[in-house]
Amino acid sequence: MYAFEFHRPKSVSEAAALLAKSKGKLIAGGQSLVGAMKLRLASPENLVDLGGVAELRGIKREGNAIVIGAGTRHAEVAASKDVQSSIPALAALAGGIGDRQVRNMGTIGGSLANNDPAADYPAAVLGLGATIRTNKRTIAADDFFKGMYETALAPDELITAVSFPAPKKAAYIKFRNPASRFALVGVFVSQDASGVRVAVTGAGSAGVFRATALEQALAKNFSPDAVKGIKVDTAKLNTDLHATAEYRAHLITVLAGRAVAKASS
Amino acid sequence: MNAPEKAQSAIGASVRRKEDYRFLTGGGKYTDDVTLPGQSYAYFVRSPHAHAKILKINKSAALKAPGVIAVYTGDDTAADKMGGLPCGWLIKDVKGEPMKEPPHPPLAQGKVRHVGDQVAVIIAETYNQAKDAAELLEVDYDVLPAVVDAVEALKPGAPQVHDGAPNNRCYLWSLGDKAATDAAFAKAHHVTKIDITNNRLIPNAIEPRAALAHYNRADESYTLYVANQNPHVERLLMTAFVLGLPEHKVRVIAPDVGGGFGSKIFLYAEDVIVTWASKKVNRPVKWTADRSEAFLSDAHGRDHHTHAELAMDKDGKFLGLRVKTIANLGAYLSTFGSSVPTYLYGTLLAGQYTTPAIYVEVDAAFTNTTPVDAYRGAGRPEATYVLERIVSQAAREMNLDQAEIRRRNFITAFPYQTPVALMYDIGDYKSCLDKAQKLADVAGFPARRAEAEKRGKKRGLGYSTYIEACGLAPSNIAGALGARAGLFEAGEIRVHPTGSVTVFTGSHSHGQGHETTFAQVVAARLGIPVESVDVVHGDTGRMPFGMGTYGSRSIAVGGAAIMKALDKIEAKGKKIAAHLLEAAESDIEFKDGKFTVAGTDKSVPFGGVAFSAYVPHNYPLDKLEPGLNETAFYDPGNFTYPAGTHIAEVEVDPETGVVQIVNFSAVDDFGNIINPMIVEGQVHGGLAQGIGQAMLENCVYDQETGQLLTGSYMDYAMPRAADLPSFKVDTHVTPCTHNPLGVKGCGEAGAIGSPPAVVNAVIDALAPLGVKHLEMPLTPERVWRAIQGKPTKVA
Repeated sequence: MYAFEFHRPKSVSEAAALLAKSKGKLIAGGQSLVGAMKLRLASPENLVDLGGVAELRGIKREGNAIVIGAGTRHAEVAASKDVQSSIPALAALAGGIGDRQVRNMGTIGGSLANNDPAADYPAAVLGLGATIRTNKRTIAADDFFKGMYETALAPDELITAVSFPAPKKAAYIKFRNPASRFALVGVFVSQDASGVRVAVTGAGSAGVFRATALEQALAKNFSPDAVKGIKVDTAKLNTDLHATAEYRAHLITVLAGRAVAKASS
Repeated sequence: MNAPEKAQSAIGASVRRKEDYRFLTGGGKYTDDVTLPGQSYAYFVRSPHAHAKILKINKSAALKAPGVIAVYTGDDTAADKMGGLPCGWLIKDVKGEPMKEPPHPPLAQGKVRHVGDQVAVIIAETYNQAKDAAELLEVDYDVLPAVVDAVEALKPGAPQVHDGAPNNRCYLWSLGDKAATDAAFAKAHHVTKIDITNNRLIPNAIEPRAALAHYNRADESYTLYVANQNPHVERLLMTAFVLGLPEHKVRVIAPDVGGGFGSKIFLYAEDVIVTWASKKVNRPVKWTADRSEAFLSDAHGRDHHTHAELAMDKDGKFLGLRVKTIANLGAYLSTFGSSVPTYLYGTLLAGQYTTPAIYVEVDAAFTNTTPVDAYRGAGRPEATYVLERIVSQAAREMNLDQAEIRRRNFITAFPYQTPVALMYDIGDYKSCLDKAQKLADVAGFPARRAEAEKRGKKRGLGYSTYIEACGLAPSNIAGALGARAGLFEAGEIRVHPTGSVTVFTGSHSHGQGHETTFAQVVAARLGIPVESVDVVHGDTGRMPFGMGTYGSRSIAVGGAAIMKALDKIEAKGKKIAAHLLEAAESDIEFKDGKFTVAGTDKSVPFGGVAFSAYVPHNYPLDKLEPGLNETAFYDPGNFTYPAGTHIAEVEVDPETGVVQIVNFSAVDDFGNIINPMIVEGQVHGGLAQGIGQAMLENCVYDQETGQLLTGSYMDYAMPRAADLPSFKVDTHVTPCTHNPLGVKGCGEAGAIGSPPAVVNAVIDALAPLGVKHLEMPLTPERVWRAIQGKPTKVA
């Protein structure tokens, strides 16, 4: 790890000002960033730590939505009675991220801003049609994820909260990479009045995406049988050491069917 | 394995590990925990290329970096006439010619041969300063084409790793009677053939390698703390072959060591360089590998490609076995790299079977990869994998039950001379198989399979009836086969005046629990509490000598040396007791901690004899030296032959290819058991590693660039608790006939027996779908592709 300046603001406005002034990097749990810094793959000269910003933490209900502060830890989301009762699939997803240490340090805002192509939260945000709130605006899930490790966030913009509408049904199934235990393929399925969403993480060469062919089939018939035999296009899927695009495509269909069954059970 | 209640010092009692209090409370002291006054830090600059010429190295910027004390390259080691790292086993090829032994320089001499090869060392005041300076070292490379696959390396036109090894061949070696084997095949009713790969593994001990060297100019001596399994061997090789130092001026200490699995047997460049550099800079020099360095620089394991053929008569009796293996040795010969695919492999191909004719050829290749050497089992897992896979395949082709084909071919009369050099002293393979079948509830398997089928899952049962050769080794036999070291062990029993005992053993514990097991052996023999015995190991300054721990040899060889020393203690004790009790020496019996005049109630306790030996007021000083301290060296008369049956039961999700191991049963014959709990722990650890190889672990290099693609836990899949079932383990005992404890060794069996059991089980599960063959590791995609009838595409 190289030496760096460490800043610990107390408020969102102070954090934004520090970020703009230092041209540094936000750290929001650091479960990806610190590892990269230790390997000298990342070398920010300034780190702006959001861990001391109290207003970023907490979970509340707003009508039919659950609003989660960006600084909320995965373990807190997993343990939240509000999340468990309104969107149990989201609580389960948070409880399955990384390991115990990661869940107690990592935050939802940090995960979404990082947009790791195999992270879990992007699947929930896209799969539930959530809204990202920042210090400047709100961004719809469909507009937020811009590719591997890329988002719609401006350099001086930071996530403050995420608003998840409670769906009628939802489930997330993660097929773990046997080495990293990240999602080799993760499929988040939800159904509510506005329709069906199927979000896929781990598989796409540009990060999380919606599997529209599966959504269309499930919109007509929300049952595991509806997706059977649907071939997901392999063109934009990853082939790497752990799986080919062909296998990932197959898993997306299988996991989508299983997620529908789980959501319906 | 519920041992009956026994006295807490008795042999056969599950005495709690004496070392655990230390380890569980953070009291362990590993090499990196040692800090010496004035200590400096080394960081190695490693090759980023698999194969390249070094055109120029410019040190000047690195030397000017903050805190830098010195920068050394291959030019500096050459100027000091440093030797290359030696190989400890000379293999002679099929023509009787010695293997090719190209130089293995501790710092590269004009060329790098694998990613991670040592190019330079930076020594600085802090670790981070050394690492920062490393980035400033300018090295100009001329990148050359690389070859990482042993099969490719042996082909004409492949990039040449060493000038002194044409066609990248280190040796073409053979064992067995080719003519007799050909004759057996000529009369065969059926021949089963397989082509299989034994996947390359990275050891991953929890403690990365580390070395801390200190030169004392007052007496011109060196002390090296090093994470190592055999400090005397480390010292011998380093002083005699590399640095030319007087052996008595070098003390090597291997303190607490956090796992080795073989990877810490070897003499590594880093150990040599920090020792040498500690004199150059006149400061203690510490190096500790980070995990990425461990992936690149710890010797790897396995990496065989094998074609095997098994000839049978119409009843499935084995007539002959023919094996051709291509073994990857990596870029250089590691300390025992040459012996692993030869004498530790070919000699095991008889397995538990009476196959009368066996012929094996091994073609060993240099490649642009990290050196390959012994890794838990070392050659024996590779042999077992070949044999147990082909036997299972043969059973399917012959339409025979998996257990039945094994039973028909078991060796039942001992001693048994195999056609591949070994002489098995004893075993009872059928009883192990019977017991394992009961443990695994084989009788209930059809019902479980039918139940799984209803859930859409495929169940399978896989057998492995393995044997290994442990207790390395009769030194004269090993020497005749090319070993350049003895393979005895030394032990010293130091009885203190008050009757407590310190044991000095040449074996080395890095997780095996010797401090407990060996203490039990001594306590039981002397009739004293186990708490009164401490075991010291891992220090050339304290032990008489030692060959270290590997190849499941510690209890069989190290324990036997301790028993021999105890014989001497007892003999001297009898002389002292005879004097004290005023009886003839021949009338003294030693039992339950007391020396007794036979047939009387006259006795003196062991402690009384000890006290008398050190306070010799009433003592036969005219005939006997005072003191009670005995040393023994033990050279084994034969290998030991642990053997057993492992049965895996798996359930496969045919939709995804995911394999779950639902049951794993192991019945092992380790001879007599000293501490059942420790043995069970060793079996569990071995099974986890073997299942790791079968299911998850795979070292992959990029075929073009030679880059290690699985260089971290993001890509190298290690087994975790959730991947493993709750093991069912038991033992069946036939005591070893030729060592005093009747023991055979238990450290590697789990890793040897389990991989073929798992793979055979998955093939059994998928056979109804037409699957005949699978390669390790059984990743979900590989299994799914096999079910789909698609060729494997993933690494």
